[in-house]
Parts: sequence; C-alpha cells; structure tokens
Amino acid sequence: MSSGVDVNLENIWIKFGDFVAVREANVNINGGDFFSFLGPSGCGKTTILRAVSGFLNPSEGRVLIGGKDMAGLGPNKRPTALIFQNLALFPLMKVWENITFSMEVSGASAGERRKRADELLDMIALPGQGDKLPSELSGGQKQRVAIARALCAQPDVLLLDEPLSALDLKLRQHMRTELREIQQRVGITFIYITHDQGEALTMSDSVAVMRAGIIDQIGDGHAVYDTPATPFVASFVGENNVFRGKISAINGDEATIATNRSGELLSKITPAAVGKLNVGDDAMMFVRPEVLKMQEGDAKTTISAKVLNEEFEGNSYSIYLEGEGGKQIKMAMPNLGNDPHKAKGDMVSFSYDASNAVVMPAGDLASE
Amino acid sequence: MKKDKLFAEFFRNNGVVLGSILFFLVAFWIVFLILLPQISMLNYSLHPNPINLDAGEFADDYTLKNYKYLIFGPEGASDAFNKVDLMVFVRTIIAAMAVTVMNLFLCYPLAYFLGQSKGTGFVRLLVVMLIVPYWINEILRAFALRIIFGDVGVINGLMMQMGLIDQPYDFINADIALYAGLGYAYILLMLFPMYNVIESLDRNQIEAARDMGASWIRIHRRVVIPHAKPGIASGMTMVFMLSAGALAAPQVLGGTSSLWFTQLVYQWFNDTLNWQQGAAYAIVLLIASIAIVLTFMKIFKVNMGDIGK
Repeated sequence: MSSGVDVNLENIWIKFGDFVAVREANVNINGGDFFSFLGPSGCGKTTILRAVSGFLNPSEGRVLIGGKDMAGLGPNKRPTALIFQNLALFPLMKVWENITFSMEVSGASAGERRKRADELLDMIALPGQGDKLPSELSGGQKQRVAIARALCAQPDVLLLDEPLSALDLKLRQHMRTELREIQQRVGITFIYITHDQGEALTMSDSVAVMRAGIIDQIGDGHAVYDTPATPFVASFVGENNVFRGKISAINGDEATIATNRSGELLSKITPAAVGKLNVGDDAMMFVRPEVLKMQEGDAKTTISAKVLNEEFEGNSYSIYLEGEGGKQIKMAMPNLGNDPHKAKGDMVSFSYDASNAVVMPAGDLASE
Repeated sequence: MKKDKLFAEFFRNNGVVLGSILFFLVAFWIVFLILLPQISMLNYSLHPNPINLDAGEFADDYTLKNYKYLIFGPEGASDAFNKVDLMVFVRTIIAAMAVTVMNLFLCYPLAYFLGQSKGTGFVRLLVVMLIVPYWINEILRAFALRIIFGDVGVINGLMMQMGLIDQPYDFINADIALYAGLGYAYILLMLFPMYNVIESLDRNQIEAARDMGASWIRIHRRVVIPHAKPGIASGMTMVFMLSAGALAAPQVLGGTSSLWFTQLVYQWFNDTLNWQQGAAYAIVLLIASIAIVLTFMKIFKVNMGDIGK
C-alpha cells in the first residue's frame, strides 16, 4: 500500500455566490495521520472535503497533496478516494464488482479483479461474500465494503464523509475501532468528517474544530478537549459549565474572573488566550462536569448550590445543581458503587482544581 | 396473503361503501375498457363479412378466412402470398422500431439532464414547456408538421435561402416528415419514464464512479443505464406500441406510396365496411406488437413488474 502523504490547505476560501462556506482555512495534515474535521452541520466541513477530493474548486487558495498543487485536477485525477455519507455503493453490482470498480476502470481483467476482491474481502473480514448484492449485507458490512472499494484504488489519501452516521450506536463504536485499525494497517492519510465529537476524539491524531466556515482550533484530542481555544470549541466538544463575567486579576497564566452570579473564581488561562486577556475584559470560564468534586476547596474555587436532580447513567451519575441567581451547573461522578445521593433541595459546596478550568475572552457558544 | 384475506382486509381498510365503489370501478375498468373491446374484436375477426358471404356460408359461422386473407391474399390471385399487405405490415413494425430507437437516443440525454438537475425552477419550466404543445390535438400537430416540412415550408425555405438546395426537397415522400411526426407524437412517453427513474438515482453514485476514475461513458454504461433500465423499457414499450398503432401521423404525413398497417385496418373498417377483415388485421398487429415487446424484454432481462413502476 502507498504510504501516507501530506495534505496542505493553504489559505482556502470557498464561496457560493455571496455565501462564504469556508473562510481562510490553513491546515497542514501530516502523512499517515488520521485527521478529523469536527463541527456542527452546515459548518463547511463537507465543503472542505469536496475541495480536497476535487469535486469543487476553492475560490481562493491551494490544495496540496504530497506537495503537489491539485488546482485543475478533477476527482478522478487526484490520489484520493472518497467514502460518501450514504456510502453510494452501486446497488446493481455484486460486492466484488463494487470493490474492484476502480480496477475495472483501469482495464484489469476479471480474474485479477476477482483475486484482488477476495484479498480485500479477507481484510475487511467478509470472506466469500463477493457474490452478494449490497442490499443483502447489513449496515456494518456495507460500511466495510465501502472502505474496501475506496482502498482498492490504492489512494494516498482516504476521505470519509460521516460514513458512520447511519449506523446504530453499538456498531458505530465498533466501527470506530475498526476504522482506526485499518488506517494503521494501511498507513495512508485519513481525512474524516464528523459532527460527533466522540468519533473525532477516539480516532484522530489531530482534530480541526469548525464553526460557520471558520476553523477555530486544530490540535490533538487532548488539546481540543482540555484547552479549547474559543468558547465555541469549549462548548461544542464535550459538555461544559460556562461562567460569564469580567477579568478582575491576572497572575501569569492564571486569572481571576468576577462571575455574574457565582462570585470570584480562579482559573487557568487557556493557552490560546495567554497574553490576550486584560483586567476588565468580558470573559468566559469553562469547567467540565467531571472535574467538579463534591468537597470544599479554596474560596476562589468553591461554589455552593442547591441539588435540583440526579440522573443515574450506569457508569456515572449526573447531578444537576442550581447556584445563586438560578445558575445551572452540571456535575458528573463515576459510579464507584458508593451512591453520592443527595436529596433534592440539599445545599452542597463543591470545588475544582484551577488548572482544570479554562478562561478565555467571551464569544459565541455552540447552540445546543 | 391468501386471496380471501386480501379482500377482507381491503373492505376493512376502506369500509363497505367506499370499498364497494372502488371495487366496482376497478371491475368496470377491467371488463368494459379492457376485456370487452378486445373480445368483441377477436369475435369479429373470426366471422365472415355478412354482406359478401360465400355460397353455403352463414354470418355466424366461425372461420379463419380473414387471417388467411392477410397471409395468402384473395383466392385465385396470381401471387402465392398477400405480398402488398405483408410488406406494409413488416415495414410498419420496422419503422415503429426505428422511431422507438430514435426517440430513445433523443430522450436519454434530455432525461439525464432533467433528472439530475434536482427540480430547480428552470427545470420545472422546461418540463412545462415540453408538455404545452401536447395540449393541442394530435391531428393538428401532424398538420403543423406537414406545413413545416412542405414544399413551401419553413425548412425548405431556409435551406433554399442558404443555398443548400435549388429545388424544394420532398420530405413527405421521403417519409422524413412521417418519422419526425411519429417521433414527436410520442416523445414525452419516452421522456417521462426515463426522467422519473434517473431522478431517483443517487447523485453520490455518479460522483463515486467519477472519483474512481470512470469516464462518462462508463458511468452511463455501468451506473446510470442499469438504474434507468425499467424506465427505458417502459418508455420504449409505449412508444413502440403507439407508433405501430398510430393512424393520424401516417394519414397526414405519410407519402403517397407508403401505407402504415393501421391505414389498412382503417380502410377495411371505413372504406370497405368489412369490419371482420379489419378486426383480423388489428388483432394480428396487436399480437405481433406484444410478442415483439416480450421478446425484447426477455433479451434485455426486464421484468414485467419493472415496467409498471
């Protein structure tokens, strides 16, 4: 199989009439990486993928694959293969014909194609299923056939447009692992489009979080989850409690924020915002539900609230709290066999580690 | 599901009153619009013509003489076969096939364009513009074509003005006007079934094929045409059947020396008042047409059910 090649997007703008679908995208994807574009629907991630695959030309900027400018090359001339959201298997062709369609195009004999199809069917753990029609396969099997079909062309870059979105939860989780395994086995660059942050975080070497045509942050899963660059990233990736207020003091990479309803709180400044915050600025502080602890800490990292509700989710408890002025706060605790049950209406004090919270200039949140 | 259960279900779903009305309408359709006309035609074709009975023959005798006449001609004729009528028959079938194939090649690109452009306002306007001419009576449309193709018509006028020809070209006697008229008469019946199936083709399949390097020809051969096959078959069947059975276009646009088989049927009914003979001719045309359609469906592996889609 071909080894992975770099994909570089240089200052890509994509416009449809007056509408700007993608704004100034600069992305460098290392060869052999599993790279994800993560964002809500309509954020322009599929548009970027279509620009890489060659189905549309960017209004400005360059797409480089393996250092070569792809301008003017159609999808059939690029070393990419695309897996469609609905898979787009050919329903009237048998599985083996589907898989080896790219070889049929290049004029390989039926014998060669059959042999290659059998190899690929073994790889995707569907041996002997070549003579079926796609409609005779289950959702997960179709998925694997689509992957085999894309890999058959021996592309340098595999592009995946939310291919797991039609599967049920269990199968989706299973296919995540499988996709990651296949990627590591074939060693080529994967570019993956998804709105599911779980998929992006589990599979990717690197994630680009997109909002309304803009790439807010590029980083590995930890960077995106633990140190979000913008309020959008903080609220879109995983769950977060947001505290709005104004910066009251800055001390190195820590800041104190005078929150609107929960008093003064201390937090780490997110790396992307270090040096950009000044005292008096509107700011937002984010604390993840799972870093909250049901115990008192320092005055500046402790919040008191009333218990509203508790949900048992099997592996964890979600506790919904109402702070002063009706401030909604969510807390998550692992189920370790000791039910932390609090009666509704109980007043509790809980705290967090300032290094587990991030503060950044105020901005738009993900609407959900 | 068993048949009696099917009926019980039908009446339970629709209620007794509505169910009975629907049932009656379907029965009426089948009996009065399909079965009775065909059976009475068949019955006619098996009787002798009452106004010129042979000696010892009675009007309600059953006989095959009408069919014999089509094949062997009148008794005592010099030829062994009824060459004139048989030639007209063969020519009609072949010409109807040619018209069908011509319409297929004209409509496929158009159907593909319409079907894949996802119903934008412009496309809807185009479809309406295609339909509007069909609000005009078929015979009037045939006469319009006759005027256009005539000696002093638009086409001859243009060609002479451009200096392509000195004398007006006789489109009518060269049967060009006839083919154009027949093609035009039934072109929508070819277009719409194809348009419908192509519209239901997932665009991603075309893009997937393109992504894998397939040329346009291969995309059509391997992806679009297999998907469109039921629509193509349905359109071809209708155009062939209707062309073979057309009367208005051949009457108006046919050349002096060319007869369409339906014109012979018409003559038997109308000029000779020999309905029995005409019925036999019509039955032969019907059965031959059905046999040809079934044969082609067998060759191209199309199911009867697909055509109804």
